[in-house]
Amino acid sequence: MNFDLSTEQKEIIDMAKKFVANEIIPVAQEFDEKGKFPREIFQKAWELGLINTSIPSEYGGAGFSNLDAVIITEALAYGCMGMNSSFMANDLALLPIVIGGSDEQKKKWLTPFTQEFKIAAFCLTEPNNGSDAAGIKTTIKDDGDHWVISGNKMWITNAGEADLYVVYGTVDPALKHKGISVCVVEKGAQGLEIGKKEDKMGHRASDTRGLTFNNVRVPKENMLGKPGDGWKIAMGTLDHSRPLVASSAVGGAQRALDESITYAKQRNQFGVPIAKHQAIQTIISDMAMKVEASRLLVQKAAVMADQGQRNTLVASYAKAFATDSCMQITTDAVQVYGGYGYSKEYPVEKLMRDAKLLQIYEGTSQIQRLVIAREVLS
Amino acid sequence: MNIFVCVKQVPDTETKIQPSADGTFIETSSIKWILNPYDEFAVEQALLIKQANSGATVTVVRVGGTKDTEALRTALAMGADEAILVEAEDNLDSYMIAKALKGAIEKSGKNPDLILTGKQAIDDDCLQVPQLLAAMMNLPSVSVIVGFEDGEKLTVKREVEGGAIEVYEVSKPAVIACNKGLNTPRYASLPGIMKAKRKPLATHSLADVGVTADDRRVVYSNFQLPPEKPPGKKFDAMDEGAQRGIVKEVIGLLRNEAKVI
Repeated sequence: MNFDLSTEQKEIIDMAKKFVANEIIPVAQEFDEKGKFPREIFQKAWELGLINTSIPSEYGGAGFSNLDAVIITEALAYGCMGMNSSFMANDLALLPIVIGGSDEQKKKWLTPFTQEFKIAAFCLTEPNNGSDAAGIKTTIKDDGDHWVISGNKMWITNAGEADLYVVYGTVDPALKHKGISVCVVEKGAQGLEIGKKEDKMGHRASDTRGLTFNNVRVPKENMLGKPGDGWKIAMGTLDHSRPLVASSAVGGAQRALDESITYAKQRNQFGVPIAKHQAIQTIISDMAMKVEASRLLVQKAAVMADQGQRNTLVASYAKAFATDSCMQITTDAVQVYGGYGYSKEYPVEKLMRDAKLLQIYEGTSQIQRLVIAREVLS
Repeated sequence: MNIFVCVKQVPDTETKIQPSADGTFIETSSIKWILNPYDEFAVEQALLIKQANSGATVTVVRVGGTKDTEALRTALAMGADEAILVEAEDNLDSYMIAKALKGAIEKSGKNPDLILTGKQAIDDDCLQVPQLLAAMMNLPSVSVIVGFEDGEKLTVKREVEGGAIEVYEVSKPAVIACNKGLNTPRYASLPGIMKAKRKPLATHSLADVGVTADDRRVVYSNFQLPPEKPPGKKFDAMDEGAQRGIVKEVIGLLRNEAKVI
């Protein structure tokens, strides 16, 4: 067993960290406060090759491993978990094409993402179906040489900015998960209505909206796989994307740890820096332990996927442990800062707000435990 | 057009520097190395010239330890074409480094049309190598430049005290030492990082480039951390009666002890 990253991976981390320190950290607070979408930063990150890490090299991508993708995500989320949500949503939306698309479909929809800056949105969740994804109500009806999509989607990241939508629906609700199917819808499709921007607690730099599909017609060749393949494609996508969400939790948690260490050395109480007080030391030790354990779980899940092993269990460990830890660590960071931590003048309250979403999206912490229980009790 | 960029690898600005056990240098085993930030401006300027002149090649040259080759890899990942490493201890003096750079450039077999460097390295802050190199190669040299225009001759701007700008016309080849403000160094892109490992890297020993122990002009003997700063003085000004006396005392200290007024 060897925990070393390659020279190239270390260089990628250095470059991503430099980018984050110069381009994201100085402005993250402002984007959060104004709820501004970071289109220019997104594009700059794309120009450097930090975005769309899942596109295979045959289609113009960099051919990154899952391990490469998680170390890049950790570095970006260190700067801003909210901006990273927007970046990561591109991969979440492109993965179904990587997993379920034909060669022709990959050339048509993946390659353009490597040639110019484009944004994508993954549309699974509905107003009444989040964790119960097999029960989605959006319908995909056969109409000769077209599919007709009707229904509502909710909490869709990048919804108002996307060039491409990857939309899940059912060809027959009675079939439950066996009816789930997935189609690609391009920007500006007739009948696609973009809802109002959600005013969220955290991840305020990401664009989250509802979408309405009013009889949106797409050519038959826009379906990935065949009718009923959608469930398998969605689950395969989440196996790949869970380690990414987990690694963004590692990035956010590492940031909270670093900010806490810096502050604890500067802040004096009872005549000494608070870092000299054991009560603060135990908080910081717990943070450091959990960051390290989270990172190891995330990287293990990624390496397993790279080795072609089934990683469902470890990916769920990683997602639940890293995001729950991130919530705890960012909450504790506010505690270390005391009253200052509760103020928007300091960076840690934003970390705490941003951390919360990580426990909710792409499979809640409870769903992860359900997956874990199923695996370990089977 | 052959552009050479001389770079140094320096400890990351966040590194905690410790003297080595024998005190003759700093402890280098746990240092994270980076490309000297002023050298990034030199690499960027070379890449800008290359973009405007098809057929131009950019060669980065470094003298120093081999355990980590961060500086050269960064420059290659930014877009330089090839690299030359002269393997040596990290504790060479400026004279030896300049002589080794000259030897490496000559050994490449390419006639330099331009040599770029940073104005100084942020570790020892000697500000000597560009001038020494220019003198050894019998070339003109301008340092602390913030503006650069290529042409039949080079037109370079340098900042002088008080914010004034001097403009020089310099014949080529020349050694030009770059300052912050000249340009905005690009990031190494991911494709750049991947391509860097396939770019040529020539390695020489100090002897290969004509440098011997006799070339040493400076012997480091005793590295120490600066003494800890004494704590600041505190005055209790809550007692109104004492305030006048305190003001006098502070003024006296600022004048006689701190010598700032």
